[in-house]
Amino acid sequence: MRLRQGQFSYLGDFTDEDIRVQAQYAIDRGWAVSVEYTDDPHPRNTYWEMWGHPMFENPDAAAVVFEVNECRKENGDKYIRVIAFDASPGWESIRMSFIVNRPKSEPGFRVVRQEGEGRAIHYTIESYACARPEGERYT
Amino acid sequence: MNKPDDMKTMTGAKRYSAGVLKYAQMGYWEPDYEPKDTDIIALFRITPQDGVDVVEAAAAVAGESSTATWTVVWTDRLTACEKYRAKAYRVDPVPNSEGEYFAYIAYDLDLFEPGSIANLTASIIGNVFGFKPLKALRLEDMRLSPAYIKTFQGPATGIVVERERLNCYGRPLLGATVKPKLGLSGRNYGRVVYEALKGGLDFTKDDENINSQPFMHWRDRFLYCMEAVTRASAATGEVKGTYLNVTAGTMEEMYERADFAKSLGSVIVMIDLVIGYTAIQSMAKWARDNDVILHLHRAGHSTYTRQRSHGVSFRVIAKWMRLAGVDHLHAGTVVGKLEGDPATTKGYYDIFREERNEMALENGIFFDQDWASLNKMMPVASGGIHAGQMHQLIHYLGEDVVLQFGGGTIGHPHGIASGATANRVALEAMIYARNSGRDYFNEGPDILREAAKTCTPLEQALETWKDVTFDYTSTDSPDYVPTPQVTA
Repeated sequence: MRLRQGQFSYLGDFTDEDIRVQAQYAIDRGWAVSVEYTDDPHPRNTYWEMWGHPMFENPDAAAVVFEVNECRKENGDKYIRVIAFDASPGWESIRMSFIVNRPKSEPGFRVVRQEGEGRAIHYTIESYACARPEGERYT
Repeated sequence: MNKPDDMKTMTGAKRYSAGVLKYAQMGYWEPDYEPKDTDIIALFRITPQDGVDVVEAAAAVAGESSTATWTVVWTDRLTACEKYRAKAYRVDPVPNSEGEYFAYIAYDLDLFEPGSIANLTASIIGNVFGFKPLKALRLEDMRLSPAYIKTFQGPATGIVVERERLNCYGRPLLGATVKPKLGLSGRNYGRVVYEALKGGLDFTKDDENINSQPFMHWRDRFLYCMEAVTRASAATGEVKGTYLNVTAGTMEEMYERADFAKSLGSVIVMIDLVIGYTAIQSMAKWARDNDVILHLHRAGHSTYTRQRSHGVSFRVIAKWMRLAGVDHLHAGTVVGKLEGDPATTKGYYDIFREERNEMALENGIFFDQDWASLNKMMPVASGGIHAGQMHQLIHYLGEDVVLQFGGGTIGHPHGIASGATANRVALEAMIYARNSGRDYFNEGPDILREAAKTCTPLEQALETWKDVTFDYTSTDSPDYVPTPQVTA
């Protein structure tokens, strides 16, 4: 499967130039861009690991591309995403999020059904990769 | 016309001697009145009967929507009646519409129970709409004071937290209404949900009139839909939802259905406008208490919002619903099959999504409106839209909107999942182009064709619906048109 999280997951894999163009859009709006990575792709895994702090003072998206590539050196077998934060009143949350790196193979998710009364089913989904310990999931 | 003196408020004993006075003489017309910051202001379009003076008509509307009855009553004198009288304070002729006037009426905050749309509407759109001296009456807009707004919960979830829960940022959300809207069994219905969500939509939706009928009872629909939602979530790694319509004949049944939807893990439930204002507020409270997003389908609104001369403008309904506390509300597409010109629709969207609205007569917004930190509502664009209009949809409607392609997903020649993928690819390609600085509105068709080169479903969608447009004159457009600026 292909993990479809983020705003551009139905387009092809992003080049450095794609990352630069989209990150610059965020910077030009005053949003702080940051890089995060994980090997737990569950859709409700909110807290990916931070590759440094959000880049609050950075005017140039080339620095974002640089950090993505630095992150890839250590985490090239994991998911890496670029996120843009907007601190303005009434929002104070994320404005953009897109995946820029994926593991070579994405095994996907298993549906676990716990059958209850009256045909009700309690569902959970589990990443196949997460059966293994953190750090060993896509190696 | 009446002599000016006829319109002056009478004072002293004469004011309260038994008999009939003009409403203006009773104190419901105060041309010098300056509304207080806490006042609620209503703007009515009034069409007086022939021979009825417009000032007296405006005073009558103020009177009948606040304290007045048809004759003088001495019991007024037991109250602070001057405070409780609504005050018509301004009347303007409507541009290019003979016989119609805009009347501004101010109401003291203490006339209304805190946190009750039912109480507000019983006054403002109560008896007064059947008042004989008027040919027609329309509530065009309201200024809601922050003091009043703060007595309401507001949207249970709001746009920002909805996005955080769905883990979805930077693009409009995508949805589809399951079709045919009536007749599918639970099992077949869930198939449509699964295909559409797996193909790339974020949401599917029950239609307004799918509740619990002989062909599909509600529990069956909920169970099959949640199987579909979960499977699609596993297939894509995304949070998915389906608006399970919990509309029913009683509140007890609605709570039962909503609780069951929650117990199955649904992120969202849905209600119809026709359940009434109090039921909507109850469900908004339930949604806040249970961390479930609340979608409102505006079934029935066109019976009173569409005609310009009589009824209630949808912009007022939108304001009431933001107070009442729903998260999603349909607000028009501009380019689709249902009513709504671009300028008026922009006004609605601003009411849904802004922290503060500035007066914008060209969009039908008559007042500055501060929303006092109330959550924002997510507008939903639905009805006759397809992937080929993506550039127009983003241009007119922006990013915080649910674009719902029902026929435009399910009617795809190669199946529902293909229809969903076509819409998602078109959307992401258009957002990419916008962010990269392209003139996406004018180059939209080129951008879509480029994206279709690597996406066969999109190519097929563009071919199928290439000539579909709905270009009719709107019945409800703004009365004020901006004057072009002369530049040297």
